[in-house]
Amino acid sequence: MTTKFTKEHEWAKLEGDTVTVGITDYAAHQLGDVVFVELPAKGSKLQKDKVFGTIESVKTVSDLYSPVTGEVVAVNDNLENNPALVNEEPMGAGWICKVKMANPSEFDQLLSEADYKKICD
Amino acid sequence: MATYIPTTPDELQEMLGAIGVKSIDDLFAEIPPELRLQGELNLPAGMSESEMARKVARLAETNETVDKNVCFLGGGAYDHIIPAVIDHILLRGDFFTAYTPYQPEVSQGTLQCIYEYQSLICGLTGMDQSNASLYEGATANVEAINMATAQTGRSKVLVLQTLNPEYRRVINTLNGALGVEIVTVPFEDGAVDPSRVQELMNDKIAAVVMQYPNFFGSIEDIERISEIAHAAGALSIVSANPIALGLIEAPGKLGADIVTGEGQPLGIPLSFGGPYLGFIAAKKALLRRMPGRIVGRTKDIDGKIGFVLTLQAREQHIRREKASSNICSNQALMALNATIYMSLLGRDGIKEVAYQSFQKAHYMKRELAKVEGVSFPFTGSFFHELVVKIPNARKVLGKMSKKGVFAGIPLDNWFTSLKDCVLIAVTEKRTKDEIDNYCNMLGGFING
Amino acid sequence: MAEPLIFDLNKDGRRGYALPALDVPALDPADHIPSRFLRQELPLPSLSELEVVRHFTRLSRLNHSVDIGFYPLGSCTMKYNPKVNENMARLPGFAHIHPQQPEETVQGALEMLKTLEDQLAEVTGMDAMTLQPAAGAHGEMTGLLIMKAYHKKQGNHKTKIMIPDSGHGTNPASCSMVGYEVINIKSDARGSIDIEDLKAKLSPDVAGLMITNPSTLGLFDENIGELASLIHSVDGLLYYDGANLNAIMGWTRPGDMGFDIVHLNLHKTFSTPHGGGGPGAGPVGVKKHLEAFLPNPRVVFDGKKYKLQTKCRESVGPVLGSVGNFLVLVRAFAYIMVNGREGLKNASAYAVLNANYMMARLKKTYHLPYDRFCKHEFVLSGKSLAQYGVKTLDVAKRLLDFGFHAPTIYFPMIVEESMMFEPTETESKGTLDCFMEAMEMIAREAAENPDNLKNAPLKTPVRRLDEATAARKPDINYFQRPE
Ligand SMILES: Cc1ncc(COP(=O)(O)O)c(C=O)c1O
Repeated sequence: MTTKFTKEHEWAKLEGDTVTVGITDYAAHQLGDVVFVELPAKGSKLQKDKVFGTIESVKTVSDLYSPVTGEVVAVNDNLENNPALVNEEPMGAGWICKVKMANPSEFDQLLSEADYKKICD
Repeated sequence: MATYIPTTPDELQEMLGAIGVKSIDDLFAEIPPELRLQGELNLPAGMSESEMARKVARLAETNETVDKNVCFLGGGAYDHIIPAVIDHILLRGDFFTAYTPYQPEVSQGTLQCIYEYQSLICGLTGMDQSNASLYEGATANVEAINMATAQTGRSKVLVLQTLNPEYRRVINTLNGALGVEIVTVPFEDGAVDPSRVQELMNDKIAAVVMQYPNFFGSIEDIERISEIAHAAGALSIVSANPIALGLIEAPGKLGADIVTGEGQPLGIPLSFGGPYLGFIAAKKALLRRMPGRIVGRTKDIDGKIGFVLTLQAREQHIRREKASSNICSNQALMALNATIYMSLLGRDGIKEVAYQSFQKAHYMKRELAKVEGVSFPFTGSFFHELVVKIPNARKVLGKMSKKGVFAGIPLDNWFTSLKDCVLIAVTEKRTKDEIDNYCNMLGGFING
Repeated sequence: MAEPLIFDLNKDGRRGYALPALDVPALDPADHIPSRFLRQELPLPSLSELEVVRHFTRLSRLNHSVDIGFYPLGSCTMKYNPKVNENMARLPGFAHIHPQQPEETVQGALEMLKTLEDQLAEVTGMDAMTLQPAAGAHGEMTGLLIMKAYHKKQGNHKTKIMIPDSGHGTNPASCSMVGYEVINIKSDARGSIDIEDLKAKLSPDVAGLMITNPSTLGLFDENIGELASLIHSVDGLLYYDGANLNAIMGWTRPGDMGFDIVHLNLHKTFSTPHGGGGPGAGPVGVKKHLEAFLPNPRVVFDGKKYKLQTKCRESVGPVLGSVGNFLVLVRAFAYIMVNGREGLKNASAYAVLNANYMMARLKKTYHLPYDRFCKHEFVLSGKSLAQYGVKTLDVAKRLLDFGFHAPTIYFPMIVEESMMFEPTETESKGTLDCFMEAMEMIAREAAENPDNLKNAPLKTPVRRLDEATAARKPDINYFQRPE
């Protein structure tokens, strides 16, 4: 299982032909207290690098960019009642959705952890 | 002239010295000379407070007021009784000279009042959430339509022809600018037959916009029309008269998804049209599409209850061009006005204002029926406003106005089919004598 | 003790207000209204008159306000709201007239409107005004609709509006609401519009440029003449957000700077009270070539009588259900009368004096990102306090403990940890001095005892509130509180 990143601060974890998507520790920290995540609908089609939702904190709002192209096969319903999960465990229980990739080679184009860290510094 | 500037000549010199300039002019030096105003503004010289007050009072006196005359005008603004308490509280500088509550720790008064206002509006309309206010009744529908188009992803709306024609014009201007297609549903017998809505309904329609009671005072079947809207995945938007809701059922109980309205009847002076109060309340699913400010209750770090502006990520100062509404300043003080009114009148009082208005309007209809030449173009149920056909209506209205009675609004202003038809509003403030006198005078002018 | 909610003061059966007894024979509403339309429950509270008076009086005491103390909220022009204006707005001849009264019964009201239009046109250097918009943002939308109507008539294909990155949030939001796309323009090292960036982004599909001058940094943009030429070269229009007019009245005019459309905020520059968030008034002025597009109704004078003209073929249509926030307009009218031509010019002069006086001293303690004379307001950055773990937010909160309102914070967004101060002309040197002492004390405290700032405020009716929970589990309606 590998995890890769986007320059827009999303992470994507590969499991077979599906990736789990969320926002990074860095992004969660920058946003501050997350109060709402606008989740994509299950079954909707996402486009790589296109906005698929938004995430709100008390004083800001950010777009969520899809790391890959594909179909949403699961969304993290827990965020509806408990958006704080994104702050508590952004890379774990705070995941946002799972996407079945249309083109698995896209995953390889994402940033490695080391390259992503460089962006954040 | 009066001055509101406290700085003395000595202080001025000290301040200029501290800045390091010789004169105030130096602080404007960067304005290119060709852009500077040459000479003075072409305005009168200033004057003392008392001179101004006299002049302004003279101007005001040339207007005929609803105090000296008797007002049967409605059409969205109503001459209700206004308790004295309201203005005394509004005149507290702590309320009216405060800004938007950006620092909640020193704005709990304003914030709690808005929370109470939101709750009262929810109680009155039967909805789940209200915002902190909008400009007035017309633009409240514009915002509601924006919510509906965003929620449904559709860009066409049905607007009943019985919605206040001034509101319809504003919708045309503002929603029209964003490319919303507006289809008007015509009325028959003073209200819209739901089957007309059914015929025009399809899966391209974002919402149906209706008024309750409608512009003619009739009680529109918002329940049936909401069902038709919902069956096609459209939203139901109801512009309601808040006082009527003391007698007729809450739109929230009859299927409305968004309730808007003009809050003027809630103790706000007629004021030649403003400032009034736009209210908007909606069902839970629309929470994040609400425009404008919303106040929430929370706790401070010591665990004490307090109030804050909340869900701000919807708003223009955060979302900028992606915001669904641009509203910033709203009508907070008018919302406070309405809050005090609702608190003071209370449940029984609001019911009674509605009940008396209903009774007096129905009494008026019975009396008008006795006047020869008067007829009623519509037959349905109405609340406190009704349409009356009067021969040579405009002429008669003019004569009545000269005798101190504002006798109604001529409807051919907006509806060519309603020549000689007049919209009459009767509130709890009208007395039996005033109504009787109206009918006598009318009879005299029609038949004399 | 916290003031209970109005609902918690409810006592069924209590009455706060008595109506006259019904003097007409009563019917049973159930015989005249179908039962499904008859109200079942009405969940409103019942209180006595005194309880209502005490409740709201107690709440009022929890507010800061201009009447209580200094309110240097940048971009908001929290000047003194003259009391006499409240009297003028309560004259029965203005407050008790119905918007649908026959025109001959409201001649004074119409005359007031027409006179105010002319006065505001003079102050801004424009040719015609509408008083209809209810606030600044509403004025923006109106002005942009006029812009759209102009381009349509010219046969121009225009899709974009340029806005500087220092612009207020309502500017881009208003553009979206009339269907324009927004292009952000950078600010240069002097805090002015970066002309090179503007040139690079200028194209024939630009409908206009929307700016304040002075900018939201409080700085006058000397290049305004060139900006106007550039925008006009693509037949774009120059839009003036008048939120900052208090800096320049009687000194220079938007119309003379080349602006085609302006909106004003009477609840800032012209002293009408903010009312805890409104009502305001946002009149819009235009140059002659745009007059035909103004919203209707227009107030006209035919030599004998004032009239409301609704049939204006090219008008964008009405933007409000009435002539405007009329009583707000009455207050502004009274303000202009008292001040007159020299009073308005003085207001701007002293507003600018006060801002520069404060800036000259505070820049010694706080970082000043653009070191040049400001106009009526200026922006400092709290970033130098970051070394102590202190933020601008903490400074703002600590000021509350001193009995002052905070400046506007985190706007404009282009200055890190920004604090925007607008003292206005109605504050005395003594007040400014006290405030600056507090600011300096806070800076010292940041170094010596930063926790005092991070825990501030301590003396306010409530302390820092949990905004995250407020937004996560919204409790916004008494009748539907989350568990
Ligand atoms: C620069 C600027 N533009 C526009 C506005 C919006 O004005 P209003 O709140 O009257 O809609 C404001 C208000 O704060 C402002 O400061």
